[in-house]
Amino acid sequence: MSSRFGKAWLLAGYAFLYLPILTLVVFSFNDSKMVTLWGGFTLKWYSVIAHDTEVVDAFLLSLKVALMSASASVLLGTLAAFAMVRYKSFWGRTAFSAHINAPLVVPEVITGLSLLLFFVMCERLFGWPDRGILTIWAGHTSVGMAYAAVVIQSRLLEMDKSLEEAAMDLGCKPAQVFFLVTLPMIAQSLMAAWLLTFTLSLDDVVSTAFLSGPGSTTLPIVILSRARLGLNPTVNAIATITVAVVSIGVFAGSLWLSRQETRRAAEQAAAYREGMGQAVSA
Amino acid sequence: MSIENSIAGNAVLRFLVRDWGRRSVIGIPYLFLILLASVPFLVVLKISVSETDGIRFQDLMSYADGMIQLKIKLSNYIFLGTDSLYIQTYWSSIKFASLNTIICLLIGYPFAYFMARSPANIRPALLMLVSLPFWTSYLLRVYAWKGLLDDHGVFNNILIWLHVIDDPIKMMHTGFSMTVGMVYAYLPFMILPLYANLVKMDLRLIEAAKDLGATPWQTFWLVTVPLSKNGIIAGAMLVFIPSMGEYVIPELLGGPGTLMIGRVLWDEFFSNNDWAMASAVAVTMVGLILVPLAIFNKYQADSGGVRGI
Repeated sequence: MSSRFGKAWLLAGYAFLYLPILTLVVFSFNDSKMVTLWGGFTLKWYSVIAHDTEVVDAFLLSLKVALMSASASVLLGTLAAFAMVRYKSFWGRTAFSAHINAPLVVPEVITGLSLLLFFVMCERLFGWPDRGILTIWAGHTSVGMAYAAVVIQSRLLEMDKSLEEAAMDLGCKPAQVFFLVTLPMIAQSLMAAWLLTFTLSLDDVVSTAFLSGPGSTTLPIVILSRARLGLNPTVNAIATITVAVVSIGVFAGSLWLSRQETRRAAEQAAAYREGMGQAVSA
Repeated sequence: MSIENSIAGNAVLRFLVRDWGRRSVIGIPYLFLILLASVPFLVVLKISVSETDGIRFQDLMSYADGMIQLKIKLSNYIFLGTDSLYIQTYWSSIKFASLNTIICLLIGYPFAYFMARSPANIRPALLMLVSLPFWTSYLLRVYAWKGLLDDHGVFNNILIWLHVIDDPIKMMHTGFSMTVGMVYAYLPFMILPLYANLVKMDLRLIEAAKDLGATPWQTFWLVTVPLSKNGIIAGAMLVFIPSMGEYVIPELLGGPGTLMIGRVLWDEFFSNNDWAMASAVAVTMVGLILVPLAIFNKYQADSGGVRGI
């Protein structure tokens, strides 16, 4: 297949992926009542959402839930990943692995419905919990930990275990091995898992709709209720801010990663030279 | 006696303390998952077969006249299996999910192929550009198509401006708008596993095919495609399974003619307040998902446990 055809196909594919996002951004600066008809440049929709308490409150709640559920997801996901990779046989391992992978394939309407009915049952039996930030957190964490486990698991699988063994041979206690050797080696995947579950939580709308109560509305719920009614320039403005934050985040993240790589390579080279020097002088 | 007791007590204590690390590493996430995944699903299962007494669901098991009685109400499932609207909805969900999978494969396979065959130094950037939309809100990306496909949307405006058409074409709230939205949302899920598979392919096999006189098309169909079978299956499952249960896309881009089971479940719960019916729909949905999942797992097992994702 000719490479010109290949380039055209890639270009068309990327256009398909990015044009809709681009139109969202362009029309957020549109000074017209008709959302899709250009009427001049304006920033008024940004000032509208900045003064819209519904949007601001929902955003703050979303942020709070996402911070909490991403942190819990990474913590639980790390444990789950270690259980899967390091303990090759324990009672109920197959069921455990099925439990970790299930949230990745079960449609969100089912996750939301089942958790809601469960919480309603708990409330009838124990008078707890009310629907709100706690129930949303639980829903996001049960899905998020599955994603975190998958990300961390793949890192643990490719990790060189001999370094941990060396640390143990040199007299490290298991806790020291974990904090001084293992943790720095999987830190990148923990970061990736945290960012992934943070975004998933910040985005989630379906299971949140089931699990949120009165007074606990997240940003995606606000967006969905506005988008249902039709086109709305404030939604475009929210979208543009999201795109800007994500682009900056991804750019900074990849820059940081490549710096880390360079530094690590330099350190390894230095350590190698030093080791060789000592070996020669000895 | 007391000595024996203390020895036994010590043994129990030692048993509990031994491997406490291992126990908590396995136990904590396991407990969490059982409590927030299995138990809730059992609640759904129970409610889907429970008799209602006003607003309360009755217990399945009851004890009367020295007998344990088990009451299971199957009317919800019988209704699901006989009602033409539900049968149509399930059928239409399968249809749209399959259509989505096929279109994603047709666009995504060449895309992943050309990505994998592009110069190695630009591949990371190409890969990042595919996964970048994934980090921006899914809801907002679906909403974007409302602005493009609306009667007064960008596409219609451009076509009218170019005098290609005089009156706007009806694209929104049709099968077309929903399919476009689904392909758009799920295309990266097809591309990424295919790319991962194609980029690792041993190019010497393709050279060998060429050396043995195969035309480029023959090489592609007889060597490349069969070798990428696992990538195709992984991608197809990652697209097909979630699109079966899709709610946001049918809600925002679909219309009266685009029945999807996820949206029906939502309406059954939020609009009709019929919890038992919503639960029965959820249980049958899980059943529908298990079939492709089992096929996927079988293929993975056949290929020696090669991880598709």
